[in-house]
Amino acid sequence: MVKTVDRLLDSTLDSVDSAEELVVEIAEQSGFPGDDLHKVGMAVRESMANAVVHGNRYNAHKKVRIRVSGSPERLEISVSDQGNGFDCECLPDPLQETNLLRQSGRGIFLIRAFMDEFHVRRLEPSGTEVLMVKYGAAPSKAT
Amino acid sequence: MSVKLNCRQVGDVVVIDVEGKITLGEGSSALRESLRDLVSKGQKKILLNLGNVSYIDSSGIGELVSGFTTVANQGGRLKLLNLTKRVKDLLQITKLYTVFDVYDDEAHAVGSFA
Repeated sequence: MVKTVDRLLDSTLDSVDSAEELVVEIAEQSGFPGDDLHKVGMAVRESMANAVVHGNRYNAHKKVRIRVSGSPERLEISVSDQGNGFDCECLPDPLQETNLLRQSGRGIFLIRAFMDEFHVRRLEPSGTEVLMVKYGAAPSKAT
Repeated sequence: MSVKLNCRQVGDVVVIDVEGKITLGEGSSALRESLRDLVSKGQKKILLNLGNVSYIDSSGIGELVSGFTTVANQGGRLKLLNLTKRVKDLLQITKLYTVFDVYDDEAHAVGSFA
């Protein structure tokens, strides 16, 4: 059975916490193990933080949409903001020697490390959607 | 309160016991303010006890790095104590584990500043 949730959240740090709690709850109900719950929760936290802080810039008039679809085979999470977008390819590699001591710039890297799929696309007329997938015990890979 | 910080003096080393979450917002800013306060008072030997840190995100990692460079820029040293498995794993995948001096034993860590 697939459980789906679609919510519009305010551009606040409280939304980062509530989105993480929501997704971890669905992942747990879908049967994902403890270590995966932590990884998924952290990936959601990082993507929500990017949406609230860098995308919507805490703008009270802009929302973050989170859609979650969970089953024992697959957990799919979409986080969309209403910001100006960013180019994923232009982000500096946080593992490069010269970037190691930078304070920021590890969020996307951690999402990629913790999730099985990670996609970014620009939305029209504005905004960015981050789509993340975690496979369950019996992987159902995207076709 | 997502994070609780307690500073104690052990010889000429300040040990900060951190408890809770070092995450974007309150947790990260509390740690930043505490480290900046110590540095502004001339403290050069700081040991961050992370044994009771349940969660750290990229913002929290950024604060550790920022604290490390802030203290180093003032001629001091910031070292880490009692990493949980999750924090250790995070520092390893971000290649920061080798940047920090990390200890499992407080007496050994305090002695290393001598």
